[in-house]
Amino acid sequence: MRSIILAAGTAVLMAAQPASAQELKIGMITTLSGGGSGLGIDVRDGFMLGLEHVGGAMGGLETEVIEGDDERSPEVAVQLADRMIERDGVQIVTGIVWSNLALAIMPTLARSEVLFVSPNAGPSALAGEGCSPYFFNVAYQNDNNHEAMGQHVQDAGYERLFLLAPNYPAGQDSLTGFKRYYTGEVVGEVYTQLGQLDYAAELAQIRAAEPDAVFFFLPGGMGINFIKQYEQAGLKDEIPLFGPAFSFSQDILGAVGEAAVGVYNTAQWSPDLDNPANLRFVEDFMDRYGRIPSLYASQAYDAALLIDAGVRAAGGNLDDTEALIAAFETAQFDTVRGSFRFNTNHFPIQNFYLREVVQLEDGTLTNRLAGTVFTDHTDAYAQDCSM
Amino acid sequence: MDGLLLVEQALNGVQLGVMLFLMAAGLTLIFGIMDMINLAHGSFYMVGAFLTATFTGLFDSFVLGLIVAVPLAAAVGVVVELVALRTLYRRDHLDQVLATFGLILFFNELVKIIWGPVPLRLTPPEFLSGQVELIPGAPYPAFRLAVIVVGIAVALFLWVLIGRTRLGMRIRAGASNREMVTALGVDIAPIFTAVFALGAGLAGLAGAMAGPILAVEVGMGEQILILTFVVIVIGGLGSIKGAFVGAVLVGLVDTFGRVLLPAAFKLFLDPSTADGVGSSLASMSIYILMAAVLAFRPRGLFPAYG
Repeated sequence: MRSIILAAGTAVLMAAQPASAQELKIGMITTLSGGGSGLGIDVRDGFMLGLEHVGGAMGGLETEVIEGDDERSPEVAVQLADRMIERDGVQIVTGIVWSNLALAIMPTLARSEVLFVSPNAGPSALAGEGCSPYFFNVAYQNDNNHEAMGQHVQDAGYERLFLLAPNYPAGQDSLTGFKRYYTGEVVGEVYTQLGQLDYAAELAQIRAAEPDAVFFFLPGGMGINFIKQYEQAGLKDEIPLFGPAFSFSQDILGAVGEAAVGVYNTAQWSPDLDNPANLRFVEDFMDRYGRIPSLYASQAYDAALLIDAGVRAAGGNLDDTEALIAAFETAQFDTVRGSFRFNTNHFPIQNFYLREVVQLEDGTLTNRLAGTVFTDHTDAYAQDCSM
Repeated sequence: MDGLLLVEQALNGVQLGVMLFLMAAGLTLIFGIMDMINLAHGSFYMVGAFLTATFTGLFDSFVLGLIVAVPLAAAVGVVVELVALRTLYRRDHLDQVLATFGLILFFNELVKIIWGPVPLRLTPPEFLSGQVELIPGAPYPAFRLAVIVVGIAVALFLWVLIGRTRLGMRIRAGASNREMVTALGVDIAPIFTAVFALGAGLAGLAGAMAGPILAVEVGMGEQILILTFVVIVIGGLGSIKGAFVGAVLVGLVDTFGRVLLPAAFKLFLDPSTADGVGSSLASMSIYILMAAVLAFRPRGLFPAYG
């Protein structure tokens, strides 16, 4: 017992020592408790696996990751960002899943000239006129996955669509993105509450509107609620469901079961994408954590690889922020997506794929590639960014 | 929008209300009768759902899973009452809020340690997985009808228990004058433990019945807890009748708010603005209802005791 206390004391003393110039401190602010924590935990785990794969030292520097739980609350995220910058002296912040949280902490980070590597949130407000040199999105611009599904639904010949998304920035981005490429008739467009539990009222509206297909964007638990209730209402066999990858992500599939089999969704990544980096990532993730990685985990893994490559390209010099930003813009790393480069607004230029939900022999559900929708796709806001 | 669709939406509203009632009944008992603010009530709901999912998988039967899980949720409630909450009865409400908020964090972490961060799977039993065509052209999920039946059965059970039995009489007496009941020789502590077990069991039952419809995930309790507090404040603290009426009111107002408000705004706004404004206003509708009720009946619709 005494030795444990001594060891703990030593650890506290060591943690309290000031950061040397040769140490990289990364603030991992993500959702680790409460609703949506499955996503945040996948982000954290994916990032930590990336850190392990680069030998525990990003860009050759001794690396410390400081975790903070944002509880999916913008206020908490801002407090964490302040504390990590002021007290811990982090040079890079990552982990944020939700767009409203990303928008909340961005002013703080920009003021302190701290880089923000977003492993998920990519709101339009940070992609166009409001773009920031300190913001890098390693996942996608929020509209992208929805644009890809808009294109697919258009190509597949559906003509009467019912659209459903939560009433928050990413929800509005979602339907805007979808309608940018889907030009057919929209027979119903419903914005639901963030965190809504019961969708019976919306399901009755869908049945009454008699659409060809339904496009919905409901990440996390909301999607589980909706898909279960959609099947129980007997609608799944009548009206096909389409959605972005978030609506059929790995974190949702286990909970909805067969209700999701055969459904198509779109993403910039799939667990079966055939490239060496992805094979290694998926295999090691399953070994380490005992589950198939989600889209969010793949993005966070890439975030870790990007930080490693960026810091390495800057020669490990964290004091010259401008040079560091320039190094991040052109950083080369083995992404699990096969190909990836940054646009002028620090958002990715990449491919988007069609995926189908399948059941493996052992009963597990997962996504399989079913086609390519966009090649080297950019976002609609980059031309408004003046960087 | 035709008449049949409105009838179907009314049914949806009642169903949502009955599900909220299952949660609210236990909370209002504990809140009104023991004067205890228990934020951890949502944790019993979560525990009930997780246990039901686990035992349903184990026994391959939802009904068996539920029968095992609900008493276990009640047992968890008893342990929490004996270990943590008993010392808090005489403290003020702020202490109770702080302590039970701590319990929320504890239970969320515990569930994550035991079951992991990924949501569990729970589907309705085979015989309730189909639809019943109550309203022509609108097949209604059988499981949702089962929720209504269970909710009404629980309401009747509580009405008899509180109003017609000796235990119920003691509970009511303990609620209105604790000192007097103790002076008359009734040991109030086991009665409070029994009420707490009942409340936790009802929350567990609510979790079990909600599991096949909603996501069984860490933090599911907090999502429904806020709605539940709205219900019992509207209904009047401590009143089972109030909880039932309040729950059905909240269910109906929420459902019709979501359906009618966007449609109403479309009469004079362009469709996408109307959707945005309407749905924003709809998410406030139950709080507006609560404010309106409190303005005219500051103690709720059916205040339980003086």
